[in-house]
Amino acid sequence: MKHYLLLGLALCAPLNAVAASDEELRTLRDELKQLKENYQQRLEQLESRLQQAEQRAAEMPVAAPVAQVRSEPAASAYNPAISLILAGTYGNLQLDPAIPPTGFAMSAHSPASQGFNLGESELGFSASIDPRFRGVATLALGAAGGVSVENAFIDTTALGNGVKLRFGRFFSGLGYLNEVHAHAWDFVDQPLVYRSLWNNQLGEDGIQLKWLAPTDTFVELGAELARGRGFPGSDRTKNGSGAGVLFAHVGGDVGASHNWRVGASLHQTQQSDWQSAGVPDLLGTPGGVTDAFTGDVRTGGVDFVWKYAPDGNSSSTSLKLQGEYFRRQQSGLLSYNLATTDSYAVTQSGWYLQGVYKFMPEWRVGVRYDQLDPGTATVGALNAANVISSYGYTPRRTSVMFDYSPSEFSRLRLQFARDQSRLALPDNQMFLQYLMSLGAHGAHGY
Amino acid sequence: MKRLSLLLLAWALALPAQALNIFACEPEWAALAQELAGDKTSIYSATVGTQDPHRVEARPSLIAKARRADLRICTGAELEVGWLPVVLRESANPAIQPGQLGAFEAAAYVTMMDVPTRLDRSEGDVHPGGNPHIQLDPRNYLPIAQALAQRLAQLDPVNAASYQQRHASFHQNWLAAIARWEKQAAPLKGQPIAVQHKGFPYLENWLGMKEIVALEPKPGMEPSAAHLATVLGKLQTQPVRMVLRAAYQSPRPSEWLAERAHIPSVELPFTVGGDGVAKDLYGLFDDTLTRLLAGLK
Ligand SMILES: [Zn+2]
Repeated sequence: MKHYLLLGLALCAPLNAVAASDEELRTLRDELKQLKENYQQRLEQLESRLQQAEQRAAEMPVAAPVAQVRSEPAASAYNPAISLILAGTYGNLQLDPAIPPTGFAMSAHSPASQGFNLGESELGFSASIDPRFRGVATLALGAAGGVSVENAFIDTTALGNGVKLRFGRFFSGLGYLNEVHAHAWDFVDQPLVYRSLWNNQLGEDGIQLKWLAPTDTFVELGAELARGRGFPGSDRTKNGSGAGVLFAHVGGDVGASHNWRVGASLHQTQQSDWQSAGVPDLLGTPGGVTDAFTGDVRTGGVDFVWKYAPDGNSSSTSLKLQGEYFRRQQSGLLSYNLATTDSYAVTQSGWYLQGVYKFMPEWRVGVRYDQLDPGTATVGALNAANVISSYGYTPRRTSVMFDYSPSEFSRLRLQFARDQSRLALPDNQMFLQYLMSLGAHGAHGY
Repeated sequence: MKRLSLLLLAWALALPAQALNIFACEPEWAALAQELAGDKTSIYSATVGTQDPHRVEARPSLIAKARRADLRICTGAELEVGWLPVVLRESANPAIQPGQLGAFEAAAYVTMMDVPTRLDRSEGDVHPGGNPHIQLDPRNYLPIAQALAQRLAQLDPVNAASYQQRHASFHQNWLAAIARWEKQAAPLKGQPIAVQHKGFPYLENWLGMKEIVALEPKPGMEPSAAHLATVLGKLQTQPVRMVLRAAYQSPRPSEWLAERAHIPSVELPFTVGGDGVAKDLYGLFDDTLTRLLAGLK
């Protein structure tokens, strides 16, 4: 520091000295000497202050070494964090839940079940693999005794610049509810639109790239290439990919009390020989017929979530409002009764809107309205007399739920639904559910 | 290539020093960063004083802020376990991941209290690392501030001298303030108290107050009417001077008890911004002591 200063002065000095007299030079020299002395003094002062500060610092009691080890959560020791979700439901439904919503017999259908059943019990493992990767696996414990791999993916952790790569088996990032695991749903079941268009949840084998913009407003863009394993895809066993997804999310806060996120997604896949049994037809064949569809399936959607808590304090009251809309276009060839093949195109859509209100600590109440639009199909001439093109019915459902969470790890739920998703077959449904979480304390997504 | 690197060098030198982006998990650490770094940094607090620090949403704005942070200052000791891991993962910011220079956990620099001997969730939401509410003993800020000043200097060597200097003056002022507070708080020594949530062990330890009972049957569990009745019964034999709760907590259980036990119910700011007076770290303790002393009358 001192040296730089003198150097600087020395550099400046010759410029001034060009026209200087001896006397001026002498005064200049004196001034320089004074300056030098001045700085010497100040530097010494600073040095001694620094020494004092260091001494004081050394004297202070610091319990760091012991606590440092303790501060690392036990869950992130070398063993993976293990969490177990135990869940089960009791469903009291008047009608056979296997009957699909009117106009959606060619969609996937995975409804809630009747009676007692072991719901979405699942076992989760997660851990850092090395400084660059993190691994997650979630095994779903089937009620009948089997175990299936729900999620098994790797995340990169060190790419930086807001870039994240995920590969393996994962829930697609489309929409809002799609990535949410069953034990974190606010209702016992998924909205009709998710049930019919995504077979509850779109799970894929593939690769996902996400980028978070370096802005104060949350802006996230994502793209996925996948096998096409989940409905509406057809499991592809060839090179290349069978499905693609694009999504974007934007979110932020409004004051301390409100926060929100909106999103848009696009999904594209090909269905090949997708067979649906029990499809009603114009001839009124008892038990329906089996149709097969091969063609393109494109789906677009928008979603929003808005959360409110007075002063941001959600411990005693909070409100969460969310809604999503999806619209699917499919066009290709339909084989009626696996025999007569001609062109077929249809646009179907659905949406839901739900609100969940925490009215006191531990207690919440929620209302959800669901609706589907089966659309009007364009049916090729060969099948014009066989395939129903318009059902003229709007499937809908209204659900109300109450839940009680004695702690962050347990939840009990009661849900009633008036299900009018099937023409002339209205159903009143009641569900009881328990959701218990054991082991590692998982962090909750938005 | 050489010309390009020279150009880059010139560009880098011409750029004004970028201010450090600090992401504080709780307001007390934002306030401490403000003391030590002031204008040299841009500080964002993930939570406000009126929020329950145990229940924070991993909301989009937090992820966006964490994305650009050079340093995150959190309590640690699993206080943020319900939201921070998601924010860190989604932020895709390697600089602030656990173990990095940009990750600062205050609990690592103080002696933890109430470290459980038995880890079982039947004991309620206990934190394996000990009680994480370390911000209510002003003495804890001394080692934390020292470590934080060092960390700031490591991350931003250009301003190292400024951080050292600000730390030295904070240290002096804080020691003087502690001496003043301890004198002021003398009447609180040995006083028996009740608390709504076990959030005050460090405050009690500092001031020598005796916690007789907590209203929550287990940490994090809402007190039921039946449980409050047993607490009231206990107070007949072991009377307390007041019942304490944090500003973010529902006043109902405290007030129910206060009314029946004829004791004052005292709401404490709990952190910076918990009320209108606790605007900075000094205000936090000034206000806490004023409220406690008023509770004695
Ligand atoms: Zn606590």
